[in-house]
Formats: sequence, C-alpha cells, structure tokens
Amino acid sequence: MPGAVLEMIGVSKGFPGVRALADVDFRLFPGEIHALMGENGAGKSTLIKVLTGVHAADAGEVRLGGDRVSVTGPQHAQTLGISTVYQEVNLCPNLTVAENVFIGREPSKAGAIRWREIRRRAAELLTRFHVDVDPGVRLGACSLAIQQLVAIVRAVDISAKVLILDEPTSSLDRDEVEQLFTVMRRLRDDGVAILFVSHFLDQVYEVSDRMTVLRNGRLVGEFPTADLSRIDLVGHMTGRMLSTLEQLHVPEETARVQAEPVLKAQGVGRRGSIAPFDLEIHPGEVVGLAGLLGSGRTEAVRLMFGADVADSGTVALGGKPVSLRGPNIAIDHGVAFCPENRKSEGLIEDLTVGENIVLALQAANGWLRPLSQAKRQELVGRYMTALRINPADPDMPARNLSGGNQQKVLLARWLITQPKLLILDEPTRGIDVGAKAEIQKLVVSLAEDGVAVLFVSAELEEVLRISHKIEVLRDRRLIAEIGNIGSVTPEGILEIIANGTTS
Amino acid sequence: MTTLGMRGPVRIRREHAAVLVTFGLLVAMFAAGSIVYPGFGSGQVVVDLFIDNGFLLVIAIGMTFVILTGGIDLSVGAVAALSAMLCAFLLEQWHWPVAAVLPLVLLVGIGFGFGMGYVIHHFEIQPFIATLAGMFLARGLCFVISIDQISITNPFFTEWAQTRIPLGEETNLTPTVLIGLAVLAGAFWTLHYTRFGRAVYAIGGSAQSALLMGLPVARTRIGAYMVSGLCSSLGGLLFAFYTISASGLHEVGTELDAIAAVVIGGTLLTGGSGYVVGTALGVMLLGTIQTMLRFQGTLSSWWTRIAIGVLLLLFILLQRLLGSSRTRR
Amino acid sequence: MKAVTGHRLFWPAAVLVVMLLANLVVTPGFFSIQVRNGHLYGSLIDILLLGSPLMLVALGMTVVIATGGIDLSVGAVVAISGALACYLISGQEDQGAVSGVLVAVALALVLSAVLGFWNGLFVARVGIQPIIATLILMVAGRGVAQLITSGKNINVNSPPYKLIGGGYWLTLPFAVIVVAVVVALTGLAVRRTALGMLLEAIGGNAEASRLVGIRSRRLIVLAYTFCGVCAGIAGLMISSNISTADGNNAGLWMELDAILAVVIGGTALTGGRFTLAGTVLGALVIQTLSTTIYTTGVPPQVTLVFKAVVVAIVCLIQSPAFRAKVFRRRARPAAPPPASPAAADVEVNA
Repeated sequence: MPGAVLEMIGVSKGFPGVRALADVDFRLFPGEIHALMGENGAGKSTLIKVLTGVHAADAGEVRLGGDRVSVTGPQHAQTLGISTVYQEVNLCPNLTVAENVFIGREPSKAGAIRWREIRRRAAELLTRFHVDVDPGVRLGACSLAIQQLVAIVRAVDISAKVLILDEPTSSLDRDEVEQLFTVMRRLRDDGVAILFVSHFLDQVYEVSDRMTVLRNGRLVGEFPTADLSRIDLVGHMTGRMLSTLEQLHVPEETARVQAEPVLKAQGVGRRGSIAPFDLEIHPGEVVGLAGLLGSGRTEAVRLMFGADVADSGTVALGGKPVSLRGPNIAIDHGVAFCPENRKSEGLIEDLTVGENIVLALQAANGWLRPLSQAKRQELVGRYMTALRINPADPDMPARNLSGGNQQKVLLARWLITQPKLLILDEPTRGIDVGAKAEIQKLVVSLAEDGVAVLFVSAELEEVLRISHKIEVLRDRRLIAEIGNIGSVTPEGILEIIANGTTS
Repeated sequence: MTTLGMRGPVRIRREHAAVLVTFGLLVAMFAAGSIVYPGFGSGQVVVDLFIDNGFLLVIAIGMTFVILTGGIDLSVGAVAALSAMLCAFLLEQWHWPVAAVLPLVLLVGIGFGFGMGYVIHHFEIQPFIATLAGMFLARGLCFVISIDQISITNPFFTEWAQTRIPLGEETNLTPTVLIGLAVLAGAFWTLHYTRFGRAVYAIGGSAQSALLMGLPVARTRIGAYMVSGLCSSLGGLLFAFYTISASGLHEVGTELDAIAAVVIGGTLLTGGSGYVVGTALGVMLLGTIQTMLRFQGTLSSWWTRIAIGVLLLLFILLQRLLGSSRTRR
Repeated sequence: MKAVTGHRLFWPAAVLVVMLLANLVVTPGFFSIQVRNGHLYGSLIDILLLGSPLMLVALGMTVVIATGGIDLSVGAVVAISGALACYLISGQEDQGAVSGVLVAVALALVLSAVLGFWNGLFVARVGIQPIIATLILMVAGRGVAQLITSGKNINVNSPPYKLIGGGYWLTLPFAVIVVAVVVALTGLAVRRTALGMLLEAIGGNAEASRLVGIRSRRLIVLAYTFCGVCAGIAGLMISSNISTADGNNAGLWMELDAILAVVIGGTALTGGRFTLAGTVLGALVIQTLSTTIYTTGVPPQVTLVFKAVVVAIVCLIQSPAFRAKVFRRRARPAAPPPASPAAADVEVNA
C-alpha cells in the first residue's frame, strides 16, 4: 500500500466545556473512499473542520504527503489540495454550470474573460466525469445531484489530492445517489483520496473501502469495510457491543382494547424527505420513534403536525379525516409540537418567558380575546412551578434561560392548550440529567392522564423507558413497529436498524 | 427546463425573458405612438429619448451594479445633484479650471460610494439605511454649498450644451448621448468580461457561496457601490450639461426612477440576475411613456408616475412568477 | 443608575432632553408657554404641533417594522389622503359644513386603509419583500395624488377642516390631541389585547410563530392597513394646517423620517420588540432638530446633513459588527445589557 496522502496524528480539539476530539489518529490513502462514521456529537464535523483549517487543533499534527502542515482556512486547504463539498451546495445558482466551475479563476486574455475557452474546458471536464449536463445551463435549474457533482468537478479541477464529501447524499434520491457514486468511484480510480461522511449505512457499505469510527471524540478504530459487519459498526458507533446475535422476538400488537385513535396516518409521505408510512396513536399511548440521525424521524413527525405538507396519504385526527395544510389545522384538532430546533423554530427569544408560555394558547384564541392579566399570571405561575422552570421569573427574556429550561417553557406552552396529542422531537437533547428525568416523568404522567404522545429521541434507552410502542426508522423509511414488552432491548432495536429487518 | 423556446441554436433563457418582455413592450409602445401621433416615429424622437434621459441611463447603470449584488442605492439622485452643485460652485465661484473640476467631482462620487459600501459590508448596516444616510448627507451638502440654483456660464459647458453631432439629414446627436452609450458599453463589458463583473453576479446569487469559492466579496461589494457613486456623479454632470445649471432641488426622486428602470429592465431586486442592456431598455421605456404623454398633450404629467408604478407592479409580479418556478427542483 | 441607563427609552429621552436644553441656552424663552386667546403658545407647543404628522406616521411604521417589514409608501399615502379630502371639500357648495367635512375625512381615511391593505396583501399573500412591495405605491402614489388634484394645489376654505391640523381645542392644538388619542388607543390595542405580543412574535421569529399557530398573514395585513390609516390622518393634518392639498410635496421624504424616528426610538429594523413611546420620542427628536436648526438661522434644507449624522450614529451604535470592530480593544463590552426585567415589565404593561 502506498503512503497515506493525509494523516492526522494524536489530534485533540476542545471547546469550552466539551472535548470534541481527543487524541485521534486518522489516515487517508490515495485511491480510496474512506467513510467517517459516528453518531451525532462523535466529533466527525470537528475532525473535518480541523482538516480544512476552520478550527486549529489544540494538540497533534496533520501531515499531507508526509509533510507536517498547518492549515489556516478553507482557502489555504484548497491550495494545499484539500477540497470540501458540503450538503448545502456552495455554488451560485444564478450562474451557468460552466461558470460555476471556473469563477474566480477564469481564463482571460488582455483582461477579458474567454468564454469560449471556459465552455470548452467545462464541457471536457463534465464529460470526463460522466456528468450529463449542458455547461451553458443555469446551475439553479439543475437537480441537486447535478449541483453537487458540479461542486465536486470544481473542487477536483482546482486541486485533486483529497476530496471531503460532507453528507452529500442527504437530499438526493436513489438514482441521484447512484450518479454521485459513479463519479466518486471514478475519482478514486484516478487516485483521489475521498473522505465520505453519511448517515446512511447502506450507502457507506455500498461505496466505501475503509472506515474510521469515532465515538465521543475518540477514535474507536479503523476498519476495512468488508471486514466490519453492520452490527459491529452500529455497536462501535453507539458503544454497545452486540455480542450475542439472539433472534429478536417481535411481539404482536398489544391486544389492549383501545378507543378511537387520536391520530391515524395512512400512506403519509413526502418526496425527498420520508417514504410513505402508516401510524396510529391512541389516547394515553406513548409512541417512540427510534432511528439514527438522518433516518427521517423529524421529517415524519413534522408531517403529523402540518409543519411540512405531505404529498401522499391521509391523516385522521380523532376519527375525522383532516387535510394538514398547516400547523393551524393540527392545532385546532388538539395537536401540539415541540420542534427539535428549540432556538430557531420554537422559542421566540425576544419575548419574555411568560409570553412564550402563553403564546400557543393566545394564538389559538386570536388577538382579540386576550387572556386576562390574572388568568395569564395564574397559568404561567402554575406551569412554571409544575415544570420547575428556573429562575422562576416570568418577565425574563427567554433567551437568557438554559437549554433545559427553554425546553420546559416550550412544553409548558403546549400543555396550557391541553392537547390530545403531544409531539416531542428530541425534547431531552442537550439538557442536563435532572431536567431530562423530569421531562421523562412528565411524559409518563401525561399519558396516564390520557394524552397521546409521539416521542422522538436519539437515545434508545429513553425511548424504551417511556414508550408503549416503538417505530423504527432507517434511511427515511419506517421499517418496523414493535410493541414495547419486557423483552425489547436497545440492542434488539439496534439490530433492526443495522439489518433492516422488516416486521 | 431552462428554455422557454425551442432548444437549439437560438435559446431563450428564462433570465432573458424579462428583458425580451421589456423590449417587446418598448417596440409596441413606439409603434403605437408612431401610428397615433404624427411625427412620433422619427429618428429624432429616438435620439431625443437618449438626450433627455442620458443622465438617468448613466445613473441607472450604476444602480444595476448595486442591485445585482443584492443591495440598493438610494443616494444616487442626491449624489448626482451634489456633483452638479460642486461642479457649478467650483467653476463659477472659485473659477477652477474644468480639467481639475471634472475629475475631482467624479472622485467625490466614487468616495461617497466607497463610504457607503464600506459601512454596508464591514459594519453590516442594511444597504437601504446606509444609502439613506448617504442621500441625506449629499442632499444636505448641496444646500450647504448653495440654497439657490447656480447657473453655469463656463464656456466649456455652454459650448458642450450646444454641440450637435449630425447623424443623417434631420437627426442630431449630443455628446451626452455618446457618453451614455459609452458608459453602457463599458458597463456591459465590465459585467460580462471581467472577474469583477462576474463576482458581482456571484455575490448576488449567494454571497456565502462566493466567499467560500474564494471570491473577493468585500472588494467586489464595495466596488459596486463605487461604480454607482461614479455613475451618479457622471449622471449629475450630464444633467448639468443638459440644463447648464445646478440646484439642490434637481433630481429629487431620481433614485426611484433609476430603481424602476432597473426592475422594469428585468433585473431581480434580490440580486444575481439581470443585464445593463435591460436597464437601458427600461430607461427608454420610461422615456417613451413621457414622450407619448407629451405628444398626447391632454394627458398630464402625473400619469407618468402612475404608469411607472403600474409597470413596476407588472414586472415585480412577472419576476415573482418566474422566480417561484425557478426554485423548483 | 444602571436600571435607568439600561432602560430602552433612556437614550432617545436623553437625546431629546439634551437638545431641548441646548435650545434653552441659545434661546432663553424656549421653554416659556403662554396662554393667548385661550390657546397655548410656545416653542414646545410648536414642536408638538409640527411633529404631530410625523408622530402618527412613525407610529404606523413602528407596527409594520415590528412584524419585520417596512412601508415606503407612507409619504405617498399622506399626499393621497390630503388630496382626496381637499378635493371632496372643495367640491362642496358649503365648504364649512361639518357633515361634508366628516364625509371627506371618512372617505380619505377609507382610501388610506385600502392602500395599506393593498401593501399588506402584497407582503403577506403574494410574498414579496416589503421594501419592494411598498415601493410600487411609493412610486405610483404621488401620481395618484396629483391625479386627484389635477396637478394643481387645491385650496380649501373650511373652518371645520382647518381644525384638524391648525385648530385648537381645550387650549391645546387639536392635532396634538388627535395624536395623543391615537397613540393611547394604539397602546391599548397592542398591549391590552394580545396584538402586540403576537406582532412581536412574528417579527422576532417568523418560523416559530408559524409553528405555534399564529395566523401571521392576517396580522401582517392588519399592521400595514393600520400604517396606511396613520399616514392618512397625518395627510389630513398636513393639508388642513396649510388649507391646501399639495400632491407634489406633501409628505415628501416622510417615509424616511418615520423610519428614522422608529430607529431612534429603539425599535430594531429587523423586527420583534417594539416601543410606541420610543417612537414618539424619536419623532420628537427629529422635529426638535428641525426646529432648532430653524431657530438658529441655518437654512432648513441643511437639516438633512444633521439627519445623516444622526442616522449614521444611531445605526452604527446598533450594529453588532461595528461594536465588535471598534470597541474590540476595550476591556469590557460597551453594549448595554438587554432590557432589564423591570423595563420589560413596563413594556408589557405600557
């Protein structure tokens, strides 16, 4: 095997309060597609940022072609021969394909850009990479896959040693992924070293030669893809070794006598975000959604709230068919939704804690029927006490609260409306242990009071602890539904995620 | 997808569509005018369009640069008026030579553009507000120079104002027209054949991407405002040539006409798409409306503003229509 | 002390007080208020009276800016409203008839509301950027005003109409009373109902507001309509004060002054938290500036230079990028803390 084109030795990187990378070694060889694997927060993006010079490493060294280098920024990385293509295509949609490949380094004569030369060279490059697109077309008119390929062509044409692809396939459909893989394989055969980051296990196994697994900022190991089973990979990523491959007993649907489902979805899906699925939730039932990051959990619950509009299927709320064209309609039918992204989609940081808490109820009432001052104080006070929101100052700007307390504010906001169905997307992520336990307890007690809860969490233990029923997602598809009886273990769910056993 | 017409050698791109609509409208209005009003369809009327609107053409071309980056420049009318005032003042009160005054005035315009561009880029002030302050400052400085109108008696100016370049038998050009056309050609070349010009488009498409692609975003954005400042200054001088006078009350509302011409010419106000040729057509269209009203005689001047408003409405809706299908993947 | 300087109204109020005191030093009789013929007279009253239209326009602008929008057409609406009212009154046989004036005023305000509604539809329904959507009316509006007046200045001779912008009632200028009433009603409407909170939510975080179920479109249309009505009343005052509708110059550049007043008052152009009291202070600062310059004998047009300086300073101080770059070397950040709990409480209850 030839020497590594890129090497990281003992690299560490810390942020205030977090150790993002600890003593990580990493090697990338010419002519390989190398997958970087790990759960959210494992240190993948920090590693990429150190490689591209966005962050400087606290310790350790980066070697390129055997020489120690210190990368000062993305531009510098590019001149060294390290190019990165992100999921969000960083090109200009208003310019042509050809121009996007050459902008900033246009061939020119006597100060004038030579357009014919640009078109000719762009056509050559695109043909070489089997990208089937007219170089004269505006980039914004091309599919996302083509845009991504154009970004790759540009990156490779500028410098062709190392190519980093950060989640390139997240928004692509199956055919487009194939197209991308074809180009990746071709580049590999030309000797380019490709670092590939993806949440899709199938894709990683399809295209990569080797993989490096990170967990909690530490290196777990470096493996040839062919030698690492999916079970072991998931085990390495999550830190749970599935030593015994016991056949999972998938229990039958619990035979409880149940009332009319609060929510019944049939064949609901949205192209490019989640394949059509069926889902039923009954009063007093907690349904957990499990799956790796990017498996389509958030996409699925957003459809149930009308935050995104489904393009197939039907939804019935409380037995009545409903067209979920927007959140208002879901809210009118007693559905509440705490989004995953607290700051950008949940909290209104300008407003006070108290205002944030009454916002949903007030929005439902309309502006002409304000809550009386007394009623408002009573409600805010009651829920701030019940949820133990700290500091207990309703007039403080919401931006000043800690993450856990912000989450409680969002919960309080919806509990005030007395919802029939509460959708919680990652309500416990990034909050401290105490608050986490309180929120879990709250969910259980709500269910005892007859509220239906749809609960998304990346933590399998949490899902198992509080759910009656678990829906397993993988690669933007709902692949299994399991009744949560005693024999279900995190390992069992992981196995389903890894092997894709369909119930 | 990208072609409205047939595929093949002649392709009609969507971004050309708005320019073509403007062109079609211009031709149609001119044809209508020629049929209805005797004497409308003469070469001199066409030339007069350029003579009467030469200063607006130059200013609108500068505005096109700024709007292509996704910004806006409200200061153009005020900077034009200030340039004319400064020029008249230096010539008439201080008796400076023309050769010194003209470059100095143009430099002042560029300086205004630089200042506003710098504040917009480096201090992240909204272009609308930064150029509003620039507008107040330039307009106020006009009145600091003089509250009253200054007539220009400088022989160089009066001679220029009377110069006519014969073109055919009954048609005469002024130097203003030639300057306007030269600026148009220069702007076209700059936007389409220099890296600066392409970076202007790239920033308007996505400033974030432009930065990540290694383009000089700061230089380009500030440069666009400098071009606008220069064009405003030059436009102010052309207006001074045209009227042989300068006043702080000149060119009030020119910024609106310039923005309207740019939008009607098919440039997206969000940036990244448009052509200076379209802007020229937009200026011509505004001029044609005014000429038609003049020929009509009974319709009053305020119909111009209403017509411009209606055109603006139509073109904004047209852009919206083209834009919404554009984002489709 | 910090509680005082940290209050969001502190800076606009301080600027106003300093300007007034400066006037007092130059003109010793500046603060004196006399009663003549049962009317109050004095420089301070003049500032209130002359600043009334701007206060109203800025009030409407505040509500629009709170939603994250902007309305460039207010100056044109000012011209249209005055033009229509004067046109209607001038056409009546008895210009002094109260009923005729009321009808004219009502129709002018209805038209203003329709124009604001039109802006709102463009922003909220068609989804066009506010600057662009309101630009259309800004360009066309002045033409419409001149269309109504046939390009001439329409003079009216109507005592009841004169009352609106130039008359006195209970010893006070009627216009000032109108402004006080409109500001009070608006304050009640936004703070006693949930309107203010919901508008701030929309301007503060549009996506979160959608997900919490706020019907943003209606509220945005409402905000623009209200802004139109405010501009309409201001137009009545201006034309009434000079008994003339001037389609060309009435309300010229008023949109810019109004935006300036809002910004000086402490409402951010990006939307969210707004303060009506701040806007009133901001409008008074601008009017005091104009009056001051006028009394010092500087040509009034030169006021623009001072305005430019004020805009530049206010915006630069508000710009985080500017603070970061300029105050970087200071040991402690110069930024005042966000509104203290006490201040926030005042806002909620104001």
